[in-house]
Amino acid sequence: MTPPTAPQGAAPSEGPQPVPATLPVTLTVNGQERTLELDPRVSLLDTLREHLHLTGTKKGCDHGQCGACTVLLDGQRVLSCLTLAVMHDGQAVTTIEGLGTPDDLHPLQDAFIRHDGYQCGYCTPGQLCSSVGTLDEIARGVPSHVTADLDDVRFSADELRERLSGNLCRCAAYPNIIAAVSEVHASQNGASQNGTAQPGAAQNGVGQ
Amino acid sequence: MRAFTYERAATPQAAAGATLAEGAKFIAGGTNLLDLMKLDIERPAHLVDINRLELNAVTDTADGGLHVGALVTNTDLASHPRVRADYAVLSRAIVAGASGQIRNKATTGGNLLQRARCPYFYDTNLPCNKREPGSGCAALTGLSRPLAVIGTSDACIAQHPSDMAVALRVLDATVNTLKADGTERTLALDDFYRLPGDTPHLETTLEAGELITGVTLPPPPGGTHVYRKVRDRASYAFALVSVAAILNGRESRFAFGGVAPRPWRDPAAEKAAADAGPVARARAVIDAAFADARPTEQNAFKVPLLRRTLSAVLEEHSTTGGQK
Repeated sequence: MTPPTAPQGAAPSEGPQPVPATLPVTLTVNGQERTLELDPRVSLLDTLREHLHLTGTKKGCDHGQCGACTVLLDGQRVLSCLTLAVMHDGQAVTTIEGLGTPDDLHPLQDAFIRHDGYQCGYCTPGQLCSSVGTLDEIARGVPSHVTADLDDVRFSADELRERLSGNLCRCAAYPNIIAAVSEVHASQNGASQNGTAQPGAAQNGVGQ
Repeated sequence: MRAFTYERAATPQAAAGATLAEGAKFIAGGTNLLDLMKLDIERPAHLVDINRLELNAVTDTADGGLHVGALVTNTDLASHPRVRADYAVLSRAIVAGASGQIRNKATTGGNLLQRARCPYFYDTNLPCNKREPGSGCAALTGLSRPLAVIGTSDACIAQHPSDMAVALRVLDATVNTLKADGTERTLALDDFYRLPGDTPHLETTLEAGELITGVTLPPPPGGTHVYRKVRDRASYAFALVSVAAILNGRESRFAFGGVAPRPWRDPAAEKAAADAGPVARARAVIDAAFADARPTEQNAFKVPLLRRTLSAVLEEHSTTGGQK
């Protein structure tokens, strides 16, 4: 693929910059194929919010420090602010809008509501997408900093706290987030029959 | 963000050729580069996207070592069965860094090339020889607590931020590269990273267009693998100091992070007081390896902290068999 405009090799200069030609990008967003013409500078986050009007994904810091923009890219959690849409032509993105709806909640959304896993809600879409990715990573045996044995990855509240450390919550709903995700993990793994909280998994909250 | 043109490379050699021109850069995970572009610290005129190249495999080498493609993500490398089994210090170092989201995107080659996190490198209102050569170093008399204590110069005291690279250094890993003319090179980490000297904006010995194709790990070193990181918060923070250790009696190896412009290792110092107890041995090793340290008033704590961290590593793992 040849660059459509060609200041190739031009040293960065001050003053007005030429606007680069747009490039065609096709993404499968929440199961729907979407084709766009994008300036290569457009982040995946801005693509979702400004071009596809999927404003559930939030812009917190826009620098990879807060996790509010977390989405699932081909099933893996990533920061949509730190990647360009043009890099992901042909790939699949799942946002909070694709996880569930008010009438058909994702189990994690349902658990966040019942456990009061938020106050202002701004970080919540990122927390939810990150939690989906985290549970998958634990199931696949991806180790973390607190994993005792690299060959034996087990779910625990400590694992969740470490693995979700890239998702900041200024309201500090962390204990309730841990409770909600722990409950969903337990129910997915057959340990919970009735959807109530699993005290053992979550009660020590923070303050370790 | 400044405008740039974008292309997707079809082959590694084509990528190298497309990046020969001044102002052109490779992009892989993008987790560091795009942040720096938003801040107007990196200003590429042209981005060469290497993500679709076939550089994402982990393969056994003929001598029993491991070759890691440059595009293998941090998550995939830390999770790889052979890395977990034979190079656990590498898994441990990787999962000690960044966040899960970033590790899913960040690549092996990109991790090596991530840039300094010195507060003055990031503040475009203040002088920084790494960002604007010749402008001066605001860190020398500024907030230097997180910065390097050894290998520095009067032009720059930034520390290398990678955890992964510290483990690669203790493992004696080499960096494999490809130039636009098809030439390949293999570089030890100490030959790959430059010390700042008078040119802190030049961080590696890579030439224009030279692409990292992968990293090669020598045959498994055995021993007990440990990565111990000390930081201001329990997770998602850069190291104040870190120790990558392969514990194997008198043959133990140590590399240190958070203290130098590149992963710091002194093989001669590793032999110091090799038969002594943990406290005396750690003191001897750090005293020898950091004899030339030039800390600032604010980061002078790093040398004793490193001594205590190494002492703790030696003590905790002298009888337990260590981390897996």
